[in-house]
Amino acid sequence: AHSVVGVRVDWPESASRAPSAFFTLCLPSLQLYSSPSFPLEIALCPNNHEVHIYKKDGTKWTKIHELKEHNGQVTGIDWAPDSNRIVTCGADRNAYVWTLKEGSWKPTLVILRINRAARCVKWSPKENKFAVGSSSRLISICYFEQENDWWVCKHIKKPIRSTILSLDWHPNNVLLAAGSCDFKCRVFSAYIKEVEEKPGPTPWGSKMPFGEVLFESGGTGGAAPSSSGGGGWVHSVCFSHSGNRLAWTSHDSTVSVAEGGKTGTVSSLSSETLPLLCVTFITENSLVAAGHDCYPMLYVYDGANASLTFGGKLDVPKQAASKDISARERFKNLDRRASETQSTDKDLNTLHKNSISQMSVLEGGRNQCTKFCTTGMDGGMGIWDVKSLESAMKNLKIV
Amino acid sequence: MSKNTVSARFRRVDVDEYDENKFVDEEDGGENQLGPDEAEVDSFIRQYPLYYKHSELDRAEGLVLKVLSAFKSSDIEKAVQSLDKNGVDLLMKYIYKGFERPSENSSAVLLQWHEKALTAGGVGSIVRVLTARKTV
Repeated sequence: AHSVVGVRVDWPESASRAPSAFFTLCLPSLQLYSSPSFPLEIALCPNNHEVHIYKKDGTKWTKIHELKEHNGQVTGIDWAPDSNRIVTCGADRNAYVWTLKEGSWKPTLVILRINRAARCVKWSPKENKFAVGSSSRLISICYFEQENDWWVCKHIKKPIRSTILSLDWHPNNVLLAAGSCDFKCRVFSAYIKEVEEKPGPTPWGSKMPFGEVLFESGGTGGAAPSSSGGGGWVHSVCFSHSGNRLAWTSHDSTVSVAEGGKTGTVSSLSSETLPLLCVTFITENSLVAAGHDCYPMLYVYDGANASLTFGGKLDVPKQAASKDISARERFKNLDRRASETQSTDKDLNTLHKNSISQMSVLEGGRNQCTKFCTTGMDGGMGIWDVKSLESAMKNLKIV
Repeated sequence: MSKNTVSARFRRVDVDEYDENKFVDEEDGGENQLGPDEAEVDSFIRQYPLYYKHSELDRAEGLVLKVLSAFKSSDIEKAVQSLDKNGVDLLMKYIYKGFERPSENSSAVLLQWHEKALTAGGVGSIVRVLTARKTV
């Protein structure tokens, strides 16, 4: 029923797994592959200490590698497409950089110097650094020190007051956005002089020493009075393709966009849905976000008016033809559910049957995304085609 | 060593208490911006009494409840629709605050308001009641 709007992939093992399986999905960029459609390999964590790599053969996914090194739940995975390295981080307070040697993935330990679990990890655009957010209320910026032949890290601590939930790098390889449980979204400088040149000025600022805060949400910015005092954990942050815009979702069911250079005005939208857990730009003006309502939705940002509006729900399954129900069935349903029909509002008619926790752009990048995928707590992965969505949904315009 | 001759009390120390980076939640006092005149029922709801000293909270809650009860059932929907997004969120906060201390008829009245506010604000407005750090 969802072939037009989204395609659902169920992992070969998910049938045997408990329904609460949670996949951390990470996809290599499609630049590696000549095929214009789906990615060929996927790294995911089936809610335990391991990372599994699946390869696509035609329409089937088969597991080709198991990466076992972590002593605790793997909480973050990121795959660097150009250098073909995978970085993982876990509740065991460690991170590992994996390289493919002679057909198998070999780990290298990275000491993060944290005393709580690591929560998320992201390679920088040039893949010479990666950032790890943790419950230790700091971000570890890790880079490779050639002379000692190992990974070292520097900490960004101030003014973070709680767990870092999400990270995203600016295209200039220096600025890093971080969403935290202290209700703030911030942009830091993660400039490492050992591995890169001094960065040029950006709309977010021109002075970028390591650890500098170039933007903090909920400060002088903030749309409505009620949003400046409240706020929730910042679940997801995302820079636009140009890096000039930053979007984030918060646990108080809001989605916000800030623009570099105009950080006095932050556009926030209090949504009518449950909190959103992930967000990504699909064009410079359009965002797709998803969360506990189990369907992706579109938001449109108008830079001229600094306003954010809801663009539509992106998951409308075809209506199932209503069958004739026998009188006996009607009474049975009435008895059991106080309603005459079999399905109630409680049955989810969305592609995902549980919260969507992660979203990734598959094709087209963040400025002209043509395909994106979502993974959820139902253990499934949905692949969404933007053009099909536009034609399937009336009044949907992706600008 | 058959016996631990040194005190084991160090095991009961909460090390996080001594961490200088520990997060301390700040209580906000703020000024009192109580709305005026309860006879002006519509405009009262549109006021933004965001910051309250604890001593004022009960008075504000009682006033709001009186105002909400004064509405006729048929007028509730119109009143809710006249509110903007922030107004609906604020209304939801007061509704749930009212639920906390039910009196004679309050729950029935509040449930009627809740139904209309939910249509206007969606579950998002209820989430914002739960995540709000400044309560009414």
